[in-house]
Amino acid sequence: MIESAKLAGLLQGPLVWLPATLAVYAAATALWRRHGKAPILNPTMLSIIAIGAVLLLSGVSYPAYLDGVVILNYVLGTAVVALAVPLHRHIHLLRGRTLKLAAALFVGSTTSLVLGLIVAKAAGASLETILSVAPKAATAAVSIEIARGIGGLPGLTAVVTIMTGITTAVVGPYVLDLLGVRAPETRGLALGVSGHGIATARAFSESEAAGSFASIGTALNASLTAALVPLAVWALGLT
Amino acid sequence: MLQSLVVLMFFQFLGELLVHATGLPLPGPVCGMLFLLAWLRSGWTLPVELTGVATGLLDHFGLLFVPAGVSIIGFGALIMRDGPAIVLALMLSIIATVAITACAFGRRPAAQGEAAQREARPRSVP
Repeated sequence: MIESAKLAGLLQGPLVWLPATLAVYAAATALWRRHGKAPILNPTMLSIIAIGAVLLLSGVSYPAYLDGVVILNYVLGTAVVALAVPLHRHIHLLRGRTLKLAAALFVGSTTSLVLGLIVAKAAGASLETILSVAPKAATAAVSIEIARGIGGLPGLTAVVTIMTGITTAVVGPYVLDLLGVRAPETRGLALGVSGHGIATARAFSESEAAGSFASIGTALNASLTAALVPLAVWALGLT
Repeated sequence: MLQSLVVLMFFQFLGELLVHATGLPLPGPVCGMLFLLAWLRSGWTLPVELTGVATGLLDHFGLLFVPAGVSIIGFGALIMRDGPAIVLALMLSIIATVAITACAFGRRPAAQGEAAQREARPRSVP
């Protein structure tokens, strides 16, 4: 028999939560593949729901879980660096389209920001929440810093940013299908500008070209959002 | 594979170092990615299997967001209070952003693909 204190210790380390997270994600991916990669069965979303439910039911705290899987956060950084490889291979698709890219980026970024602010305000969210929603389309590390700068809640911003990525990955492909958008570059860019890394993962599952353009959209939009958010907050009188 | 991982992690470290040293408002890995891209474009030497390792990592990109996403379980009260407003703001702004970005960049692929091919082809006729 193992002492219960020792057992509790095991439950907090990577021994349980790392393989559990991989197994849940593998199962979610298998389900998603079996249903023709339907966006609604986004494996990241399914995994978060399943693991979140297990933690809530078992009473394990989020910090205890994170302690076990923190290596995945490090590998996320490594994977972001790896984005340079497909980007390098597909960057020629940008040739002669840099102006169009700049225009698309600017209108997309502005729409995301301004509409998010206005709707959240109109729907009666508290000021803290509105300010936490504003930087949602920037990749998480950036959106958290932006929120800190304008008086939002960094923790809530992280959650809203991830919800934005997932919602884009789930809803975005249907919007693009409805509009008849088939060009992988365009699909990727639109997904990346709206939903950063998580939507980029979805774009990669469509094609490498789409994924590369989603990476371009993610990187550029993070910078632009950092510049635009303080401006929009000031213009709408939210400070 | 180990060589490629070391290369990726080296650039990750380099990016993090630059961000900490300069206070740039960008995540360290994004800086590292830009460094690696510059290196690739310059055509300097790299491990041959780098492409395979990068593809392997990115095949499971979605998995790497799970730990951060699970943090949502700590925000029950706030989500209860402002949840509907947040969901409405996200849905409307995302649908509009995806549609507007796509329309601004151009919905059709074929013409652009041909243009790129024309550019790539050596010009025999002036």
